[in-house]
Amino acid sequence: MIKVMFFAHLREQIGTGEIEINSFKGTVKELKEYLQINHSLNNLDSIMTAVNEEFCHDETMVDEGDIIALIPPVSGG
Amino acid sequence: MIFEIIKEPISIESVVSKVVQREAGAITTFIGTVRELTNGKRTLYLEYEAYISMAVKKLEQIGQEISERWPGTKTAITHRIGRLGITDIAVVIATSTPHRAESYEANRYAIERIKEIVPIWKKEHWEDGEKWIGDQLGTKEYLEGKPGEEDLDD
Repeated sequence: MIKVMFFAHLREQIGTGEIEINSFKGTVKELKEYLQINHSLNNLDSIMTAVNEEFCHDETMVDEGDIIALIPPVSGG
Repeated sequence: MIFEIIKEPISIESVVSKVVQREAGAITTFIGTVRELTNGKRTLYLEYEAYISMAVKKLEQIGQEISERWPGTKTAITHRIGRLGITDIAVVIATSTPHRAESYEANRYAIERIKEIVPIWKKEHWEDGEKWIGDQLGTKEYLEGKPGEEDLDD
């Protein structure tokens, strides 16, 4: 099982801050495609990703137990 | 906690006190406040949201980067989240250094880095709508959904 977290407009779009997905195997890029298809999210191209609280690339493999966060362009400060 | 995300109003004094050191000849404090007008549009209030655990880590990373670039610098950062009204303080950054020039430089560096790598978002609420704001700098392109190498490795 993996946990996927959503923030800002993505959280509002999907209606929850996090979901769990059973037996996902693949890369971050594939996870994004999965989310677009199964959770009707729009284009995720401008969305960064963090695995276990560190920024990662689209090619990063997602492992069992990972916490993945979709990170829209930040606007703190 | 030297790097914090909090929901209550920020005490400027408490952030500044965290960087007091005998070696310092200067403390620079940046206070980020909520502005009413942006490009002629009137903001009623802002809502800040954060991925708190990661945001704290990234603030710590910024502190680390500053220590490497300007040795001897002490940095403290507190960012507030939740609903903030016009003129409320959203972020306080304090940097102390032996001499004043580095103090300003290090402090400026901290706020620019916050706008690049710290997972905090703001939503502007206007009379006629609302919007999550992203990529304020307008300088970043995440074409493959990732930050640049410099963001990943340092």
